[in-house]
Amino acid sequence: MRGAVARQDAFMTPTKAPRPQIRNIGFGDLPNYRLPVPGVVSILHRISGLLMFLCLPLLLWLFEQSLSSERSFDRYLDFFHHFLGRLLLLGLGWALAHHLCAGVRFLLLDLHLGTAKDAARRSSWIVLALSAVLTALLAWVLFGVGA
Amino acid sequence: MSLGLRRVPAGAHYGVRDWLLQRISALVILVFVLYVVGAALLAAHLDYDSWAGVFAPPPVKLLTLLAFAALCYHAWIGVRDIWMDYVKPVGLRLTLHAATVLWLGYCLAWAAQILWSI
Repeated sequence: MRGAVARQDAFMTPTKAPRPQIRNIGFGDLPNYRLPVPGVVSILHRISGLLMFLCLPLLLWLFEQSLSSERSFDRYLDFFHHFLGRLLLLGLGWALAHHLCAGVRFLLLDLHLGTAKDAARRSSWIVLALSAVLTALLAWVLFGVGA
Repeated sequence: MSLGLRRVPAGAHYGVRDWLLQRISALVILVFVLYVVGAALLAAHLDYDSWAGVFAPPPVKLLTLLAFAALCYHAWIGVRDIWMDYVKPVGLRLTLHAATVLWLGYCLAWAAQILWSI
């Protein structure tokens, strides 16, 4: 009896597998972490939102200049006609386009539309492509012929 | 500083209200952005009079201010989530939360001032 128990212990001990380690990723893991496309859309949604938040004073200032008087409207146009000003507006245009497209996608996901893996991947690519097309259109308006 | 199990002073409200308001405000902003972009596109040659004319009617001013309020609330929830995800010391986080609220309130008042000076 005693021997049987001892034999069982000897049998059980080696089969005890190490517990799997589950932990959150840190900044050090980022270069080796393959983010799926929906993850890319998600983090870009956050980055574009923060970008627009940080540029809020500039946007309000432009809004003020464009509406206060005809003279201030000219100041607004000066900003618009400056290359760097346009480049900044193009960047913010991308941020708005991406944030809106990704936001509509999240609203559809909330309604349980397109939650399957393939559908979620496809809609992520659509968001990235659509915001790229809208940004290209804005670039054409800002830098194209007749601008 | 703890207000209960796993609750911190600068945490979320632990409810569905913010989640819902974030989506409602998003829809308000979406409609407003489409309206402004549409108005700008329809005015073929945009000059001061046609642009100021878009925002001049009192109902448009009120609705624009409503959209700005939705924007500020939306920005508050989004930026607050960023602070909560990346800033762990409670004191620093509380400072950032307060600064964000004050700043967005300032921007909303500024927007009202712009609209009613047209």
